[in-house]
Amino acid sequence: MPEPVEAPRLLPPATRFILQCGKDARDAAGRGFGLALPEAACRAESAGGRAALWLGPDERLLLAPAGLEDVLAGELEAALGGLPHSLVDVSHRQAALAVAGPAARELLSHGCPLDLDDAVFPVGMCTRTVLGRAEVVLWRSRPEEYHLETGRSFASYVLGWLREAEQGG
Amino acid sequence: MLLIPCPYCGERPEIEFSYSGQAHLVRPPRPAELSDEAWSEYLYVRDNPRGRHAERWRHLRGCGRFFNAIRDTTTDRIAVTYRMGEPPP
Repeated sequence: MPEPVEAPRLLPPATRFILQCGKDARDAAGRGFGLALPEAACRAESAGGRAALWLGPDERLLLAPAGLEDVLAGELEAALGGLPHSLVDVSHRQAALAVAGPAARELLSHGCPLDLDDAVFPVGMCTRTVLGRAEVVLWRSRPEEYHLETGRSFASYVLGWLREAEQGG
Repeated sequence: MLLIPCPYCGERPEIEFSYSGQAHLVRPPRPAELSDEAWSEYLYVRDNPRGRHAERWRHLRGCGRFFNAIRDTTTDRIAVTYRMGEPPP
């Protein structure tokens, strides 16, 4: 089993929102967020430290650096105006992990049932799925880097699972 | 492992899904006017076919959406999946 160049690691805290709404509200929120929210299934957009991930037909996960909860909520609510939507701060619900390196895909394949081949899971693809026994959001943020979001209480399990898988377990 | 085609996400592994029983059940608009037999029939009695079965599934660990599928109960082969609200093909 080849070793990844970097060990799987926890990422620092972040600001996270779940936005559920229709197309009109999504377009408006994208203007407030400074980043067009993805319309294509299982795709993520990112720029300037912010990212928007497609989780479902009407559900997007918005990521930004830590501490921007109030600022971002204000910007998004102002942009959304009276359009029907649900905007929930989930910053502290989730924890993020990074799996990077040439063997990252092989490592994730130990416990993720998805086909992670380039043709099926290209850079910029994201989805909610399963890793080991835990539910995760898996986002291929770079060719050899995967960003994982999981429930905060699952983070130590997922990290431990990844480290064990690294040993070939 | 079965691959189930989610109408939103495409073919995905079975363990991302949850099963939600028979599809296209219509709740009687005024249950109070039904006989006990008719109401219990709606609540509890389900088809149990050998062959094609229309059923609800949810892409629980994916996009979270419910959808319908036509599955053959003898082979587990899923002929088609379609979105909620669409008529069975």
